Amino acid sequence: MLKKANFKQKRNQLEGYNPALDELSPNVPDSLFVKCPHCSHLTLGAELDENQMVCPKCGYHMRLPARKRLYNLCDGGTFQEWDAGVFSKDPLSFPGYQVKVKSSRLKSREMSAVVTGRGEVGKISCALFAMEGQFMMGSMDSAVGEKITRVFERALEKKLPVIGFTVSGGARMQEGILSLMQMAKTSGAVKRHSDAGLLYVTVLTNPTTGGVTASFAMEGDILLAEPGALIGFAGPRVIEQTMRQKLPKGFQSAEFLLEKGFLDDVVPRSELKGRLTQILRLHQAEREG
Amino acid sequence: MADAFKKLQLARKNGRPSGKYYIDHLLTDFVELHGDRRFGDDPAIIAGIGMLCGKPITVVAHEKGGDIRDKARRNFGSAHPEGYRKALRQMKLAEKFHRPVLCIVDTAGAYAGIGAEERGQGQAIAENLMEMMALKTPILSLFVGEGGSGGALALAVANEVWMLENAVYSVISPEGCASILWKDASKVKDACACLKMTADDLLSLGVVEQVIPETEELCAGLKQKLSEAFARMNRLSPEELCDQRYQRFRRLGVFGE
Repeated sequence: MLKKANFKQKRNQLEGYNPALDELSPNVPDSLFVKCPHCSHLTLGAELDENQMVCPKCGYHMRLPARKRLYNLCDGGTFQEWDAGVFSKDPLSFPGYQVKVKSSRLKSREMSAVVTGRGEVGKISCALFAMEGQFMMGSMDSAVGEKITRVFERALEKKLPVIGFTVSGGARMQEGILSLMQMAKTSGAVKRHSDAGLLYVTVLTNPTTGGVTASFAMEGDILLAEPGALIGFAGPRVIEQTMRQKLPKGFQSAEFLLEKGFLDDVVPRSELKGRLTQILRLHQAEREG
Repeated sequence: MADAFKKLQLARKNGRPSGKYYIDHLLTDFVELHGDRRFGDDPAIIAGIGMLCGKPITVVAHEKGGDIRDKARRNFGSAHPEGYRKALRQMKLAEKFHRPVLCIVDTAGAYAGIGAEERGQGQAIAENLMEMMALKTPILSLFVGEGGSGGALALAVANEVWMLENAVYSVISPEGCASILWKDASKVKDACACLKMTADDLLSLGVVEQVIPETEELCAGLKQKLSEAFARMNRLSPEELCDQRYQRFRRLGVFGE
């Protein structure tokens, strides 16, 4: 008989369970049930997948991989990826950075923290980008900056609107000042695209903070956000440290920003494709008119 | 390694001249202009017009403050969104009246607080980055002390960036870096070395054009150099200026493909 105290350990040994693998496996609902991080409701993985990772009980929007977002948004089979081969280097020889990049690649199955390309949304051709939260928290490094800049440069050349999904913890500390420079670089490309009279719609998802908020995330002509998304410049922990007090509930949520006038709307994931299509059409009519 | 930390201490040293000192010593006939016309006036940033070697220029400068009361009033040089919006307003006026813009940077970073977030700190910085990139007049940014993150960059999308030899410029404070990466805020010295934040490091990374030695006659020499730099930039057409600024940032970044 197994003693109760070491039951778990024995079972893990029996099943060949390796906790190290947890870190490496992608965060997709491959288990039978998935627990909602907000209300703890258990949902069948397949059902949750069908519901675009939105909890059917409380409506909490769980994280969606970048690639999945783009496939969900684009009309069937129209997404074509750009610059899939761009990857992070280690320009400052920062201790431990290469290992982190490598494990992020395994975890996210992406080469960088953003997926870019073009596709059709409601039969309208668009340039697209979606950031990947599993890749070092979607932090902005040289690779991300370069890919986003190219999206806007190419969209300008081909006269395409841009739709972008943001999720980011901010700058990639390990690339130091070069990470900061990506804020200016991407902003320059957004500006050129904008000055040519082209449309840029941002969809801010949970969480969008730091250098990404303070650059291309907030530079869209139209800013949409998913319900409950945390959006801010300084993270809540940093503010609590400076203020030495607890932050009010709902502070920096998408709904809070909408109320303060910094968003055009908060749109549930299930209605997003419809809303984006509508916005694209309205701008197309304007150009033809 | 110790060197970078030493420079950080020098850059933050109490009594080190901040924005106002350089305005007083580089310019004559300075007129301060207040307010963002939207919310208020942020004393963390001083803006106005003055004469540099007989030519009018617009100046936008972080000011950390003199005595402790002044420091508190100016939030130690950490600006709120209204500070960045005031800066942009003055830069737009500079464009209208064909004046070059001198930005003097000295900040630990943009202010992190409830009011700053409520009034769109991220949006204010983002707008500055975008608008400065297309400003049809020369912009030169001079780092005189601390250059912290987005709060510094919001005054540094320039045709040229110069740093005093003991100034620093980084994506995050070394304390923040140490506590996030190693969960140990005391590893500041290591973080300083890793972040490559000194003027010489940044010169070799191509992020700054010039490192200015901190000699006795700093301001006299600087005045001359700045005036020559603006004269040089003014020979470019507005389109060439914007293009040069765009390309300056376009090439920054190291990635594989």
